[in-house]
Amino acid sequence: MAAVTDAGPASPPARVASAPAARRRRSLPVWRWIILLGAGIYFLIPLYAALRFSGFGTFGQVFSQTGFSDALILSVKLALVTTVLTLVLMVPTTIYVHLRLPRIRPLLESITILPIVIPPVVLILGVLDVSPPSLKGTPYLLALVYVILAMPFAYRSLDAGLRSLDLKTLVDASNSLGAGWPVTLWRVILPNLRTAVLSATVLTVALVLGEFTMASLDQYQTFPVWIVNFDQTSGPVSVAASLFALFVTWIFLLAITMMGGRTARRIGGGQVDLVSVAHQETGDSR
Amino acid sequence: MTANVTKAAGPPQAPGGARHEAGVRVVISQLTRTFGSLRALDGLSLEMAPGEFVALLGPSGCGKTTALRILAGFETADSGSVTVNGADVSPVPAARRDMGMVFQSYSLFPNMSALDNVGFGLRMRRLPTAERRQRAAELLDMVGLTGHARHYPHQLSGGQQQRVALARALAIEPKVLLLDEPLSALDAKVRLQLREQIRSVQQRLGTTTLFVTHDQEEALSMADRVGVMKDGKLEQIAVPDQLYARPATAFVAEFVGTMNRIPGELSGTGQVRALDTLVPVHGERPADGTGTVDVLVRPEGLKIDAVPGGNGIVTDRAFLGSVSRISVRLSGDVTVKVDHPSAAAGQFAPGESVQISLPGAAPVLVTQRR
Repeated sequence: MAAVTDAGPASPPARVASAPAARRRRSLPVWRWIILLGAGIYFLIPLYAALRFSGFGTFGQVFSQTGFSDALILSVKLALVTTVLTLVLMVPTTIYVHLRLPRIRPLLESITILPIVIPPVVLILGVLDVSPPSLKGTPYLLALVYVILAMPFAYRSLDAGLRSLDLKTLVDASNSLGAGWPVTLWRVILPNLRTAVLSATVLTVALVLGEFTMASLDQYQTFPVWIVNFDQTSGPVSVAASLFALFVTWIFLLAITMMGGRTARRIGGGQVDLVSVAHQETGDSR
Repeated sequence: MTANVTKAAGPPQAPGGARHEAGVRVVISQLTRTFGSLRALDGLSLEMAPGEFVALLGPSGCGKTTALRILAGFETADSGSVTVNGADVSPVPAARRDMGMVFQSYSLFPNMSALDNVGFGLRMRRLPTAERRQRAAELLDMVGLTGHARHYPHQLSGGQQQRVALARALAIEPKVLLLDEPLSALDAKVRLQLREQIRSVQQRLGTTTLFVTHDQEEALSMADRVGVMKDGKLEQIAVPDQLYARPATAFVAEFVGTMNRIPGELSGTGQVRALDTLVPVHGERPADGTGTVDVLVRPEGLKIDAVPGGNGIVTDRAFLGSVSRISVRLSGDVTVKVDHPSAAAGQFAPGESVQISLPGAAPVLVTQRR
C-alpha cells in the first residue's frame, strides 16, 4: 500500500518537557526545603528514639523469639487472602460502577467510608455475632473483616485509577475490534489500571500487617498482637520488632513506587505517589 | 417540522464503480431511542450504498451520535432495525459486528504500542503473530506512520493518534467504518490534513462509511452525501452541493453555510417580493401562501453596488481571500452579508451608501418572520 501524505511533524510529545521547566521542577524554593526538613525531623525523631531504646543488638533477637515466625506467617497469610478477596470483589465492582452506574458513585463512596467511621470494636462484635459457626474457629473470618476494613483504601485507589482513564471509550474501542468482556478486562483495562491495583494491594497489605484490634478481640496471634503481648516481657525487643514491621512496610511502599514509576515511564501514565500512599496508610491508625 | 427528504435521499447506485465492491449496503429503518424524557431518535431512516461515505451533520443533541452508536452495537434502539447487506444486525453484539470505529476522544490503548494497537483487532481474530504484525505495519504505512510503530500513544501527537486509530479500525477490514467526530480534538491544520487522508483512504478501500460531525465544512468536503439531523430526525440528505444550493427546509438552509434573512411579502402566486424584486419560492411556505415572511438568501446570492442614497449602509468588511464579506445595514435594522470579489471590494468601506438587490430569478426559501 502506498503511503499517503504525512500530516506533518508531530507537535512535541507531552513527555518532552522543556529544559527550563525541568530545572524549575528540580530546584525547590528554600521555604519548601524548610517544610521538608521540619516534616522529616517530626517523623524521624520518634524512629531514632525507638532505635536508641531498642539498640541495634536486639534486632538479631527478634527473629529467635517464641511465636515470632508463627505470628508473621499468619499475618502474611491473612494479607494474601485479604488482598486477593479485596481485588476480586472491588476491581469488577468499581469498573462496573464507573461504566454502567456512574450516578451511584457518591453513594458507593459513602458506603466505602463506613468501615472507618464504625469503631472496630463494634464491627468485630457484630461480625462475631452474625458469622456462621464454621468460620468462627478459623483465621479466614478475620480475613473477611479485613476485606471490609480495606474497602475504603482499595476503592479510592481503584476509583482514582479509573478516573484517569477514558474507560467508556477504551471499552467501546476494544469491543468494536472484536474483544469480549474477559479480554477487554485482561488486556485493556487491567494493564492500564496496574498502578491503581498495586496501590490498593500495598494499602491492603499494610493495613493487615498493622491491624491489632480485630485480631486481638478475635484472639488470633497476628504479628501486631504478638508485638503487644511480647512488649510485656521485653520492651527493647518488642520495639525492635515494631521497627522491623515498619521497615517491611516501607520496603513494600518503595517497591510499589518503583514498579509504578517504571510502568508509568513506559506507557506515560501516572505514577504511584509515595507520599499519598503513605498518607492513606497512616490514615488508618488501627 | 416534517422530514423533507429530497429526491437525492436514496443511496446512489454504487458511485465510482469498482472501488465500491468492498463495501456493504446499510439500511437504517425507523430508529427510535429515548433516554428518560429525551427522545434522541425519532424515526430515523437512512440508506447507505456499498462504499458510500455518508456524513450525519447536526447540532449537539440532534441524535447523530446515538444513531452511530446503535449502528456500532453500543446502544440498543427502542424500535426500528439496522440491516447490513439485508441481514438484521440488531441482535448481534458490538464485538461481532465487524464495524471499525474511530472515536472523538483519543481511544488508543495506552499500554500498547502503535503496532500493537493496530494489531489488536487482528489478534482477536486469531491471526498468526507474523501475519498480524505485517498487516499492522502495512496499515501504519498507509496512514504515513511507518516510523512510529514502536511508539506508545503518549509519544504521539493528537493527529498521529487519530491516524493510528484509523489504521486500527481499518485493520479488521470492517464492513462499515464509523467515524465519531474524529477530528474535533485536533488543531485546524492537522484537521485539514487528516480530513483529506481519511477521504483518500476510504475511497481507496471502498469501505461503507458513516461519519458523524457538527462541522459542516468537514461534512461537505468529505462525504458523498450529507444528512442534516434535527430533533432525532433526518431533515434532508443530499449530495453536498445540492444541500448547499437547494436546502429543503429553513433549518437546513441556516445550519449549512451562512444565510441572510430579508423581509419579504408573499404574493400568493408562488412568488415573494423582497428588495423590490419578485422571485419564485421553493420548499415549504405558509399554508395560505400570503403574508410577511423572511426570505433566505446566501451572501453570494445578493448583489451590491455603490450607489449614493442606496438602500443600505456598509457597516463592516471582512477579507476572506478571493472574496470579501461585506456587512450592510438595511432599513428596519436588518443586517445582511454580501460576498463580493475582493479585487473590487475596496469601494465598499464602512459608512458608504450601497444598493442591495436580488439578481436573477433563482428560487428562494421563505420562513416565518422572526
